[in-house]
Amino acid sequence: MIADAVAADAAIADSLVAVAIVLLSVAALVALYRVIAGPSLVDRVIASDVLLTTLIIVVGTEMAINGHTRTIPLMVALAAVGIFGSVAVARFVSRPVPESRLTQEEEL
Amino acid sequence: MTLGDSAFWDPILDIAAAVFLALAAFLTLAAAVGLIRFPDPLSRLHAATKPQILGLIFVVIAIALGVRSWTVLLLLIPVVVFQLLTAPISAHMVGRAAYRAGDFDSDTLTTDELAPDIEAAGRSDLPGGQLMDEPPRSARPPRTRRPGPAKGRRGAS
Repeated sequence: MIADAVAADAAIADSLVAVAIVLLSVAALVALYRVIAGPSLVDRVIASDVLLTTLIIVVGTEMAINGHTRTIPLMVALAAVGIFGSVAVARFVSRPVPESRLTQEEEL
Repeated sequence: MTLGDSAFWDPILDIAAAVFLALAAFLTLAAAVGLIRFPDPLSRLHAATKPQILGLIFVVIAIALGVRSWTVLLLLIPVVVFQLLTAPISAHMVGRAAYRAGDFDSDTLTTDELAPDIEAAGRSDLPGGQLMDEPPRSARPPRTRRPGPAKGRRGAS
């Protein structure tokens, strides 16, 4: 009786994990589609941010499923440096600065 | 089997961890669906920032529940802290870049509080679309003064 209940619990957990894997795969593919399709550079930046977040979550999910903690440093590094890509690109997306404003700022 | 028995808690904690994993995956998928279905970058940004914090917190909880170790939880907290610190910065920068590039649909905005501010600051070149109305570069009066930094340095030395 108890063994049956434990087996049922394990089946529930396994199916939930399988659902999570499928959802994460679909999310990564959709984000990749938005990276390729654009249409604007900002869209690609946002989509690659989502792809990176998906990657962090996949790394964590794999750790939770297999019950090890070897890839925690990878998660820390990805979470810490993930900002650089979007910030670096965001600096160069803006409209070309008009000359009148260039002059203003140089006079300051 | 009693309440203090780990054999009683193990399956419950495993299911709890699996539930948190499924929630995190659902949030990630929600962000991806938002990327596909929302019309402009600012709306997509709104959808994209959901799994960055909450989804990550769910995964961290799932790992902690699966491994059941305080040391691992201490190692995982920096992940959430870094993401909490950096996600708003990158979202702000990307949103600002999208606004300055005129890369948004102004019909979807409920209110635009930045446009009056930019106008008050005398920088009418910034809100999306208005830059095109400016006179072409050749029609503008020539710049009066532009001290080149290289020139200034040469004079000083």
